[in-house]
This record gives sequence, C-alpha cells and structure tokens, in this order.
Amino acid sequence: MDAGNGHHRLIPTDDLTGAERRELIESMTPEDAERVPELHEVEVPDDLREQIESAMGRYPQIRSASIPALWAVQRRYGWCTPDGIRQAAAVMGLTPAYLQSVASFYDLFHTRPEGTHRVLVCTNISCWLNGGDELLEAVCEATGADREGAAHGGASSADGEFYVQGFECLGACDMAPMASVDERYLGPLELGDADAIATALRAGEEPLPDKHLFRRPAAGGPEPEPDERVKKAESNA
Amino acid sequence: MPETRVLFRNIDEPGLASIETYRRRGGYEALRHAFTGVDPDELLWQLESSDLRGRGGAGFAMGKKAGFLPRGEMEKYLCCNADESEPGTFKDRELMQKNPHLLVEGCLIASLAVGARYAFIFIRGEYWEVADVIEAAVSEAYEAGFAGEDILGTRCDVDVVVHRGAGAYICGEETALLDSLEGKRGNPRLKPPFPAIQGLYGGPTLINNVETLMNVPLIATRGADWFKDFGSEQSAGTKVVSVSGCVERPGNYEIELGIPSREIIYDLAGGPPEGREVKAWFPGGSSAPVLTAEDLDLPYTFEAMADAGSMLGSGAIIVADETVSIPELALRTARFYQHESCGKCTPCREGTNWTVKMLERVASGEATPMDLDIIASVQENIIGNCLCVLGDAMAMPVGSMVKKFRSEFDEAIEANREPAGSGGEAEHAGGGVLA
Repeated sequence: MDAGNGHHRLIPTDDLTGAERRELIESMTPEDAERVPELHEVEVPDDLREQIESAMGRYPQIRSASIPALWAVQRRYGWCTPDGIRQAAAVMGLTPAYLQSVASFYDLFHTRPEGTHRVLVCTNISCWLNGGDELLEAVCEATGADREGAAHGGASSADGEFYVQGFECLGACDMAPMASVDERYLGPLELGDADAIATALRAGEEPLPDKHLFRRPAAGGPEPEPDERVKKAESNA
Repeated sequence: MPETRVLFRNIDEPGLASIETYRRRGGYEALRHAFTGVDPDELLWQLESSDLRGRGGAGFAMGKKAGFLPRGEMEKYLCCNADESEPGTFKDRELMQKNPHLLVEGCLIASLAVGARYAFIFIRGEYWEVADVIEAAVSEAYEAGFAGEDILGTRCDVDVVVHRGAGAYICGEETALLDSLEGKRGNPRLKPPFPAIQGLYGGPTLINNVETLMNVPLIATRGADWFKDFGSEQSAGTKVVSVSGCVERPGNYEIELGIPSREIIYDLAGGPPEGREVKAWFPGGSSAPVLTAEDLDLPYTFEAMADAGSMLGSGAIIVADETVSIPELALRTARFYQHESCGKCTPCREGTNWTVKMLERVASGEATPMDLDIIASVQENIIGNCLCVLGDAMAMPVGSMVKKFRSEFDEAIEANREPAGSGGEAEHAGGGVLA
C-alpha cells in the first residue's frame, strides 16, 4: 500500500521453503485471514502426500507443483474436494484459497462432485461439421445426463455413473466426431456407439477398443517412396 | 503429389516409441554429435541459418528467437509448447504419440544450444494418454544417460520434465503457459519483457512448439542447407498439416511447404464429399481468417497465406463445404473464444461475449443488418488492444466471415426472422444504440 514512500520491500518468496513461506505469510497476515494449514492439523493420506511431494521435487520452485497436486487430489477423491485441497495446501505450504483459485481456472478440474466416468464429447468446428452435436445428444440419451447441462459446462447422470460435457476442440479432428472417455480418445463415433460406450463403462469394460486413437495409422496410408533428399540423408547417416 | 515425409518418415513403424527402435533408426546420434562434437554457438548458428520458422502458429524464426537469450551462466529454461489446443490442430498429438523420442532429443539439443538447465514439456491435460507415452520416453532417455546429470560424460546437465496442463486454451499462449507452469492461473503477461529475456521464474526462456523442436535433431545432423532445400524461400522445410472438416480423408499429412493448397485438400485429404464444393477454409486453425474456393491454388506457405490476408498459423486446414452455413460457423467459432477468454483484458472478455450474443441474434432472427456492422466494428476494436492475441484470434476469422459472406448473413437474418412485427422492433432498438 505504501509503495512510493521508499520503504517498499520486495521479498523473493519463490526461493523459500514451505516452512519459511508459511512463517512469512503468517507474519504478514491479519489474524482472521485464512492460514496455511499446518501438516499436523490436517490428515493427509500417505500416498497423496508422496505424490505431491514428488511433484514438488521435480520443479525448481515448488509452487509449480500446484497443477500436479490438484490432479493428485482429483484422482484420489474424484474431484477437487475442499478437504483434498486443504491437504494439498498443507503439504505445499500454500493457502487452500490459492489452490482453489487455480483449480477453478481450468476446465478439467472439478470443484464439485461429478459422475464417475467422464465422457467429453467434442463439439468444436470439425466435430460439429461431422455430427458432434448429435453425438453429444446420443451420449446424453445413453447415459441419462441432462442434454442442456451437458452442452453448457457439463452434467452428471442421476445414478452418479457418468459425467458428460460438450467440450472444446480435443485435438483429434481426424477422428471426428470423437469423445474422450475416461481420458481415452475414441473415434470416429457413430450415434449407436453411445450405447456401447455406456454399456461397457457400466460393466467395467474397455469401451470400443477398435476405435481407440492408438489404433489409427497415419492418414496418408502406407509409407510412400521417400523423397530423394531424404533418401540421400538417410544413406549418409 | 505424394507426401514428403521427414518427421513422418516411417511413422507407423512398430515400436518406434521405444528407445531401441528409435536408436536403431539412428536416433540420439544428433544428440551425441551436438553434446560431444559441436560448440553451442555453432548449433545456434545452424538453427538460425536453417530458416526454420515456428510451427505453433506465429511462424517466428526459431533460431533467431533462441539467439535472443542472453549468453553466459544463469538459470535459463526451455519450454516445449505441447498444449496443442488450436481448433483443427492435431499434428503434435500424432507426432508425440508415435515418435516421442524425436521430441525428447529435440528438447535436449535445443537446451544445450541456449544453455537451459531444465526442459519442460507442457502438454495439454486432455492428451493424458499421449503424456504417458512422452513420460515413458523421457524415462528411457534418462536410463540411457541422454538426460539428467552429466549427459554422455560432458558434465552438462539437462532435466526434462513432463508437465500436464488441466484444460485451458489460453495456456498455449506463451506467457500464460509460463504462469500456468509456475503453478498459477493461466493469465497472459504483458510483453515486453519477452520470455527470451524474462520468462519462467524470471529467467531467460526459449518456448517452442513440438513440431519445431522435432526438426532440431534433423538440422543438427543433416545441416541447415539440407533443411532449406525443402520449401520456399521464406518457408523452409516440410510441414505436418492437419486437415479436417468436410473432407473424405481427414488426417495429418506432411508436405513440402509451397505445394498448392488444392493438392493438400483434394489430392491428399480427398476433398469434400462427392458433388460438393469447398466454400470456405481456415488455412491455419480456427484463428486464421477464412479463405474461399478462389484461394485454393495458392501455394501453402507462410508468405502466400499472409498475402491472402490470412495466416498459415498452426498448419491446420479446416474445410467447410457448400452445405455449411457461414453464420452458424461464425457462431461456433466465436463461442469457443468466448469460453476460452481468460477475462483479463476488457476488449477480449466483452468483445467475445457480445460477438456471440449478436451472432445468436442472427440465428434467432432478432438481428438487423445494422448488427452486422456492429459485429464488424467490434472485431476491429478487439484487434491489437489486448495483452495477448486470443481476442484477435476470434476477431480475425469472424471479421473475415462477415466481410466475405456478408450476403449470407443478410439472408440468414431474413430467413430466421419471425413473421411480421418483431423484426421492426429489433431494428428500432439497434438504431437507438448507434444514435
């Protein structure tokens, strides 16, 4: 607030350890403000703590582990629960509010409970031109998720089995229309595939293995005769 | 005209994603050559004289950008932008999934060239299964002694870290990517300072796209002249082009830059379904102003696309045939940017929002021809007025659609209008706003 009076102090917080950071923040924080939770105040499951600490160790600065930590929380609890965020905050030496603000920015983090199986149906241009909207409708029909809700930010089915969301371009327009089903890319999908996906997920089976991204060869087909310049470079190597 | 496969050479060879197969094909020889036999300055010079331009969208000279980083001992970073989110673009996904070691090798050589201690591969969270492939490749590179500490006994250390995003188009913008990588919300930063001077954690940072970095090992071993032998004067090399939309054989095709666009769309991707014509096409992702059938014979190069008022961008061609409604295409395009705007700058946050509302008026028949003028002027007021180009990325294609297909918008307004009455009122309201 008093920048300009010559006494403004810059503190290089990025170089601090978790404990130093906690101490510094508390020294500057009004009493009624949210604190960085102490590790002994919060029960953090060992595996979650290990995952977060291992992520913190991968980066020169620990705050970079925010997104990996939130992924770990979401994997463990199904969504970014307030308790999970508090646990991650305690491990990282950040406030829960900070991690909450990060979680709320990104589309793949859920800040409320959602259905177990996540079906993201691409409705961006190339999929739309190939029936993406109709596919989304078929997936809603097959899973029981609300059509309007799914098209506007996502909706879960009443039985809690499915979460369906009309999604932005997933980077797989070659297999349009497509969907990401529990993080596996499937396409091109026909409307009838929606039922097959829902049935397989309910049965705990892998849906439509033949339509998985990794089964797709390059669009250009068999390897063409190499260009002369490529051939020459390869023979020199 | 067949493909000219360089990065895509034998891309479907079984086991290519493993280090054994990759090395059998000569993989990591470029790394050995670069780390043990070449001065980093020589490497930089090779990159610069190869005229390799960035493959992510902006098309900036890669070697020149690398040369902007200060020399000497300091904490420097390399970031590989694998946040491929530009609608229509899916080349990096296939390249990473099928040939991950080429990327890892490229990151390591580029790190050596600029003196970076860390190389981060920022991959979009949606590509979870592809990130698994990259992570496995990175582990193999560590085990083989190609990454980590004391690489090949040279006392040179480079750590490679795979960082998974969590779903935000804006993180493909380089400064938002840096904020996200620092564990923050992905908001763009003011430039200057540019990342080459002050980037990740405040240190000099080189940020390059996946495909750009994959060209690096080839240039390091085969030389700049070999690379420049492909393509046109201002667009050297080959390019993996993602073709999708209304075409019979959508997919990635590697072409020599400079071949006619028509050959990519028709000969390689099969063109629109039988009996239909191309009406509009995005030459470089949905952020590129649309071109029409008249532009199909232009050579596919950075310069020809720019001269035609568009851009080669990420090299993603989206084709719309004659059955596609351009006003609906404009709405679909605008909604994407509205959703993805981070909200930091007013022209983008409000401009994308109001553009969507006005295009919805066109669709619901409430619009008047005056709305089209307002849409056009909103686009003009977004361009160049924000911290990053996300707003421009909507304004350019939407503006181009209104301009080139104005009559179709007029017809849509008429066709969608409710019978008698409501139209007049809407017109009056529109006039009031302007008066």
